Amino acid sequence: MTRTRPAQSCLALALALLCLFAAPLSAQDSIQQVLQEHREVIEKSSRKTIGAAVDAIAESGLPQAQKVLEVWQNKDMWQREGDGLFFRGEEIDRDTVRLFDFDSGEDLGEFPDDDLDQLKPNSGIRAMIGAALVRFQLADPNPAKRREALDAIARDAEPSHLKALAGSIEDEPDPAIRAAKERMLRLLTISYGETDAARVEAIRSFKGDLGVDVRGALNPVLTSRIVLADAPPEGNVAREITPGGSQLTVAAAHEMMVSAGMAPNQPSRDERKSVLLENIAEGRVGGIPVAELGSEEARDRAYAALAAAGIVPAFTPGYSEEEAVQQAGFYEVYDEPSQAVTDAAQETLTSIRTTVGMNQALDLTLDALSLASIYFLAAIGLAITFGVMGVINMAHGEFIMMGAYTGYVVQQIVPDYTLSIILAIPLAFAVTFAAGVAMERLVIRWLYNRPLETLLATFGISIALQQIAKNIFGTQARPLTSPDWLDGALVINDVVGISYIRIAIFGLALIFLAIYLWIMNRTRLGLETRAVTQSARMAGSMGINPDRVNMLTFGLGSGIAGIAGVAIGLYAKVTSELGQDYIVQSFMTVVVGGVGNVWGTLAGATLIGFLQKGIEWFNPSNTLAAQTYMILFIILFIQFRPKGIVALRGRAAEA
Amino acid sequence: MSVSDPQAGFAQAITRPRHRPFILRNPSVGVFLICLALFTLGVTVLSEDYGLGLISTSFVKTLGKTLCLCLVAIAMDLVWGYCGILSLGHFAFFGLGGYMIGMWLMYARTELIVAASMAEAPIPPTPAEITDAIGSQIFGVVGASDFPVVWMFADSFVLQMLLILAVPGLLALIFGWLAFRSRVTGVYLSILTQAMTLALSLYLFQNDSGLRGNNGLSGLQNLPGVQAPQSLVSIWFLWGSALALALGYLLVAWVVSGKFGSVIRGIRDDEARVRFLGYSVEGYKLFVFTLTAVIAGIAGALYYPQAGIINPAEIAPIASIYLAVWVAIGGRGRIYGAVIGAAFVSLVSTWFTGGQAPSVDLGFYRIDWVDWWLVVLGLAFVLVTLFAPKGIGGLVDLLTWRRHPDRHGADLGPDQGSLREEEAET
Repeated sequence: MTRTRPAQSCLALALALLCLFAAPLSAQDSIQQVLQEHREVIEKSSRKTIGAAVDAIAESGLPQAQKVLEVWQNKDMWQREGDGLFFRGEEIDRDTVRLFDFDSGEDLGEFPDDDLDQLKPNSGIRAMIGAALVRFQLADPNPAKRREALDAIARDAEPSHLKALAGSIEDEPDPAIRAAKERMLRLLTISYGETDAARVEAIRSFKGDLGVDVRGALNPVLTSRIVLADAPPEGNVAREITPGGSQLTVAAAHEMMVSAGMAPNQPSRDERKSVLLENIAEGRVGGIPVAELGSEEARDRAYAALAAAGIVPAFTPGYSEEEAVQQAGFYEVYDEPSQAVTDAAQETLTSIRTTVGMNQALDLTLDALSLASIYFLAAIGLAITFGVMGVINMAHGEFIMMGAYTGYVVQQIVPDYTLSIILAIPLAFAVTFAAGVAMERLVIRWLYNRPLETLLATFGISIALQQIAKNIFGTQARPLTSPDWLDGALVINDVVGISYIRIAIFGLALIFLAIYLWIMNRTRLGLETRAVTQSARMAGSMGINPDRVNMLTFGLGSGIAGIAGVAIGLYAKVTSELGQDYIVQSFMTVVVGGVGNVWGTLAGATLIGFLQKGIEWFNPSNTLAAQTYMILFIILFIQFRPKGIVALRGRAAEA
Repeated sequence: MSVSDPQAGFAQAITRPRHRPFILRNPSVGVFLICLALFTLGVTVLSEDYGLGLISTSFVKTLGKTLCLCLVAIAMDLVWGYCGILSLGHFAFFGLGGYMIGMWLMYARTELIVAASMAEAPIPPTPAEITDAIGSQIFGVVGASDFPVVWMFADSFVLQMLLILAVPGLLALIFGWLAFRSRVTGVYLSILTQAMTLALSLYLFQNDSGLRGNNGLSGLQNLPGVQAPQSLVSIWFLWGSALALALGYLLVAWVVSGKFGSVIRGIRDDEARVRFLGYSVEGYKLFVFTLTAVIAGIAGALYYPQAGIINPAEIAPIASIYLAVWVAIGGRGRIYGAVIGAAFVSLVSTWFTGGQAPSVDLGFYRIDWVDWWLVVLGLAFVLVTLFAPKGIGGLVDLLTWRRHPDRHGADLGPDQGSLREEEAET
């Protein structure tokens, strides 16, 4: 295959033509010449020195420069040992290489590789070449390449990129990329802009921008150092600092004064102790017996004696570092010399912080809302059994757990996640409905009007169910995988985002609220339930069977807990202790909201969710503390509103 | 009084109300104290260091711990069985007592260790250096070395012992004052106490709570400055626990036997009626709640040196519910019932969960009691609640042919709002 392809020859021709035009503009007319000028560093191929060569090629202004850099980066550059010239090489087989001239692109034929050296730049050098290539890629006809180039600049910006970027905006056809380029140009201007005015303008243009990259570009502008001086020093002074804060501790300030020779170096307690240890002579230090050195005061005396003898540096026992640092002035000085730039950066950062704060508040609200809907889901079944019927069901949490495990078992049988969730919801309802009805028939109906005994009996069921689940499914957490379309998150901007699962749980909570309201207010069962709760005897005399109604209502509350279990299982790991984690919070939700009213439960869940997230905001690293304070708050809250947020009035309250 | 002069005896009976001694009016107290004394004596005789060596040291510790659990169960019985407050927080007071004694034990022991290691140093240490060394020894596990404020009395034995009474007592006083003042009763109070327990255990789980987070306090079985082997120390603690149980039993029996006992039983049965009779219901409840919290604290302070370690998991709400389970199974409203329940359930639990119980092979499935004991306990608990609300103590009634007083219209159970006799018949 020695024949040159037409396309290649055309390219060669075009390059040659370009060369004709480019040649007069550039100092060199051949890229080989540039390469030869830097031959030694290229051969040495050291990351420390290669920069000059890379820059020279990139800035040669020759159209072949991009090609050379790409070839070099791809380890396709070869050097002929005889004359040291560089070529593009294609390996034909193990021993043969076909060489091409860089300037003309001409095929020079095949050569044995005995006489040739392949240049193999290491990864560090390849990265440098890549950075140099960015300016060429910015004008690449392929939009993906141009985006890649922008990403490369964002990762590792250089002053030289500024000009290349500015030059490439004019001819950018794609509006989106053009906008990205303009934004990147402004970002680069912040750091590398030529005039302060241009930089200030660029900085101001980012007011309220949430991008992390903006903060990344602005923060280096505001780096500062602390200077010890009597009067405000030269340079861009930010402020005078009083030692003692987190910015400059008293000890650090004193250290600065000592190294500047403005304060005596006081040996620390440990240093003094080691001095004493070194100077023990015949069981005495400075004339004081070692056995008496068990107090600071005695040690100070011993040290003073040593200091008086001139053996060790002096030490003043009452010396106060606080007082010493009061005597000097400390100033924070920006590394950036222009005050206009730092002022603008400060101003813009403040405005960004405000915007970020507002968005964080929004994000927190969404978080709190989703936590509230989880609590609401966990508590709505309880709002029926406890709130309406007045039955304390400590096994409610275990019904939630049973629902979650039902979902897990269904997923073991039905591999399609979407289908399995759709199947799991009614199945979980059926399982826990049955369990609830069984429990009501066997245990609870004998204990109506004996709430404390109900509490204890259902607690017995709770520990039995928990242990049975542990025996069947083991102690390790079982996954309940959500379908693909629930994966991921709805990202609104860099700060605000919410996962789809949380949105789904929120939606589910709303659906449950609607179902609850519909059943209680619009169906026969709801009417009968309310009647039986108010007066079982009177309802019985009206032809309602209270036993049946109680059974169904309890089953309904338990079934809803099962569905909530599926939802919670998607969001948390399924273990036998899943229900236990929610039971106290669920009771809190119902009690805080007000017994017997679903709006109260909603209010309670909202209050608890927002409260917990709010406390977490002040102390984000510590969710335990948030829960502790939340419970304390609830205990106090119940002092002031014992009947909850939405208290029933009148005769309903007596029921 | 002589038989020949019935008139005089009659007059005497009218004019002087009969004041029989407390112990005669409450024969169960005497029986209990004799049983406890015999038990303690028996264990001592059979123990390794004082007698025949038939009981291992670890079992002596288990028995000593069981006595402490009986003591806290008595407290629970007083507050629940007699006063009708189902507190799900008394194990938190128990744990607090343990933490209080644990702080002193850890501090004093570490102080000895540190002093011993520093005695080798060429210069004697200053007090500040010793404190620093103790601090970094104790708090090294949570990445701190300074003493938190709560440890300020840990170096003083007397003050820290007072804290065993003061901390659970104050917490109960504040919590009870808040809760009773706003008339939180029944299950609401139970849930509230459970929340308090949960909050406390979550708080203690944090590393910056100052009590070593989930590491808890450990090495409590080693008494500072005591060289005696554990086989001896365990017997001492058994004696101490037995003494505390006896005193606690006497105190509670005395409290419930007089007029005070009648009032709190009245509060249990109908709180509103007692209030209308002019009694300060809140004051009585607060007193009982605080007193029982202090008793629980003392029980905890005796328990944890025998257990050797305390961590926040001990305070978890479930522990307090188990306490209620013991009292219910033993029979509430009678002090010996609480003792029987706590001893029986905790010892049987130890036996089953310790792996000593033989497994049952059903052919298709093998029942390991380590796994299935909790299921049995839970179901047994349901059955006791349903069919034997008097618990094991009810057997005593059967044996002694004790009949129920015919209280028409009275509550069938000790709970507020429990089923009335007349309702039950319908």
